[in-house]
Amino acid sequence: MKENVVVIGGGVAGMEAARQLLLLGYNPIVVEQQDHLGGHVAQWNCLFPDMASAGDLVRNLGDGITDANIFLETRVTFVNRLQEGYLVMLSNGVNIACRAILVATGFKLFDAARKEEYGYGVYDHVVTNADLESWFNGNTSDRFPEAPRSIGFVHCVGSRDLKAGNSQCSKVCCITAVKQAIEMKERFPDARVFCFYMDLRLFGKKYEDFYIRAQQEFGIQFIRGRVSEVGETLDGRLQVKAEDTLSGKPLKVQLDLLVLMAGMSCNPDVADLARMARLDIDSDGFLRSRDNLGGINASNRPGIFYAGACTGAKTVPEVLAEARSAALAIHRYMTGR
Amino acid sequence: MTDFGFKLSKSATLDLDKADTGLYERLCSLEPDARICMNCGSCSATCTAAPFSGMSLRKVILGLQRGQDVRPMLQGCMLCGKCSMVCPRGINTRHLLLTLCRIYD
Amino acid sequence: MIYEGKQKIWKDYQKEIPDDHWYYVRSCIRQNFFPASERKFTDITQQMLGKDVYETPYHTTCGGIAYHCDAIPQETVMTIVARQFALMTEAGYENYVPSCVTSFGNYVEILETWHEFPELETRIREQLWKACRREFKKPKYLAHTSDLIYHWRNEIAEKARVRLIDKETGEPVRMAEHIGCHYAKMFPSKGIGGAEYPYVLAGMIESWGGQVVDYPERRHCCGYGFRQYHMKANRGYCVSNTHKKFESMEPYGIQAILTNCPGCCYFMDRWQYVIAEQTGKTYGKDGFGIPVFTYEELAGLVLGYDPWDLGLQLHQVAVEPFLDRIGVEYDPKAKYLGLNREDILRPELPTNLKCF
Repeated sequence: MKENVVVIGGGVAGMEAARQLLLLGYNPIVVEQQDHLGGHVAQWNCLFPDMASAGDLVRNLGDGITDANIFLETRVTFVNRLQEGYLVMLSNGVNIACRAILVATGFKLFDAARKEEYGYGVYDHVVTNADLESWFNGNTSDRFPEAPRSIGFVHCVGSRDLKAGNSQCSKVCCITAVKQAIEMKERFPDARVFCFYMDLRLFGKKYEDFYIRAQQEFGIQFIRGRVSEVGETLDGRLQVKAEDTLSGKPLKVQLDLLVLMAGMSCNPDVADLARMARLDIDSDGFLRSRDNLGGINASNRPGIFYAGACTGAKTVPEVLAEARSAALAIHRYMTGR
Repeated sequence: MTDFGFKLSKSATLDLDKADTGLYERLCSLEPDARICMNCGSCSATCTAAPFSGMSLRKVILGLQRGQDVRPMLQGCMLCGKCSMVCPRGINTRHLLLTLCRIYD
Repeated sequence: MIYEGKQKIWKDYQKEIPDDHWYYVRSCIRQNFFPASERKFTDITQQMLGKDVYETPYHTTCGGIAYHCDAIPQETVMTIVARQFALMTEAGYENYVPSCVTSFGNYVEILETWHEFPELETRIREQLWKACRREFKKPKYLAHTSDLIYHWRNEIAEKARVRLIDKETGEPVRMAEHIGCHYAKMFPSKGIGGAEYPYVLAGMIESWGGQVVDYPERRHCCGYGFRQYHMKANRGYCVSNTHKKFESMEPYGIQAILTNCPGCCYFMDRWQYVIAEQTGKTYGKDGFGIPVFTYEELAGLVLGYDPWDLGLQLHQVAVEPFLDRIGVEYDPKAKYLGLNREDILRPELPTNLKCF
């Protein structure tokens, strides 16, 4: 009889962990709120730095867990501490006794409408990074003008923003903006494309190459200054104000499309879970790992483990690596090694 | 005209829609590396002319991107080549500057 | 523009406004700038709407103007404000409504500061007692007079004799709204509709039949800025901000501007003359300017008051084309007659801005 491991969250972290747990001889039970697996990545079109298909990644991960129990559109309603392990009750009426739980609840995309000065939801042609990926995936919307002559990207929307309650850097937005700027320039070669940034935080493998290509091959202009205000002109274009901090002068430009790089904020749904399972929440609202060096996967409760963006903003390769290491940590816990 | 003792102030705002970047585009066609400047300031930090003449290659490239007249800065350059030694992106800054002077001429 | 998106934001920024019993305080400068507005506020609220709006001659400046001119420290302002609250308390009121936007911002800032630093409030209470043997309760509700006109906008609309409709075309008149910076920029949650897309004036325009027109520099400050304007050498950059706004609204065919701040209304009106003199440019039709109204004036027009009783002859920009547009009847010959029906003399006419 294979032992149960409840995996809460069916994004890429939960999927990869479940795949590894299957290989290690366990019975992972994946609980996913939505009607599909793959989380945010499933909504994306392609992924930096190799422009790999997000759909393919999710499909490959899905192929690896066909033998797992997967409950879609299901929530955890209660977690009870047992003599040894936990009893996890689900919204579909299923109760699962298990010795280990993997929390892979991911993040919530920052609600860009909260930065009112950018006019998301008010101005016709202000969209988010997620809207743009959805559009890349072929979902049409009249938010996107047919032939934009000028396009802007605003970095750090709801990231590094104490006032919005998110002091953390979301890590992926800078490189996502560079990626999306290139993709737009490929579609609209005559358009002027601007990236408004505070700092460019391009830390990962090949990211800097991407940035150089964006400048060299695509002529994308990087303007160091946070957009302070957006207004709509008579012809439905956007008037954008920022400071060109490198010139030390205020700057304005009219754009046909403005893309807000909404950051990663903590998933508010984990608050219930944290209360039931008595998990520590960190100062940034994300779940608190036992420590941030060698104990990222460990929680403050025995038998409860973490993987992915439930503990903070992460890139896909980081999430996948954490999922694998979480599976190993669970295996060691189960076998007492 | 009535003299009010004050006048409308000139706005310092850079209007990118009105900026003429033709010169910058011409420079880029001859010196494609002009595009990869990342404004680190190494060139200006080490520049022989910068502290005494207001010359800054970083500001020259940025100014061209914003459609500004950068000629007064160019006159300060002593063509010593130190900036090309420090540029982390390997831009041939000295050559770039000479090309720019040729375009202006 | 997605109207529903704005409505969603408006829902997030509403505040409770009691329907009656207000302690009303006037502004230092409005009675010079637009002398009839404050008087009309009491006429409209007390007589037309039958509300209890009380005022006392013992009220003084709130100190906000000196505070914003860097002339007196905030603790002094707080003690002045404490005295105003004492007068309110003595009069038996707990809802406080100032007519000046900077006063409103000043009161909000002080109440919030006392909330965060109660020891400061204690000290101010002591200072007030030492200075004039008064004690006070803090207001239960604080609103700006434009909040009240907003609150009663539909009652005003029901009694309307004139609507903000172009008589010729039957179309709503196109109006811009301009909110004083101190109304909500410091404390967005204290303004109806918030600070980015305020609804307080837009709601009046909509309710009285007009169309609200948004333009890119709508949120931009009028440029008055107190001590900046008060130094003559700095006025160039004050007028430049108004100029920036008018340049931005130029293509929109805006027929009138509604404001809720003493300074904004005054400067957006008067600077049109200065801009016309310096650049030759006017922003209304046929060489006229765009009239700028206070919300009391606009409410007064809608309710059928005589425009000269509303003090509209003291505007720099001629209001007659707008009055004709919405069908307000007036006697052109009575424009420069005072309340005693005697001639109050005519202003010199500008070179470039068309006026009567």
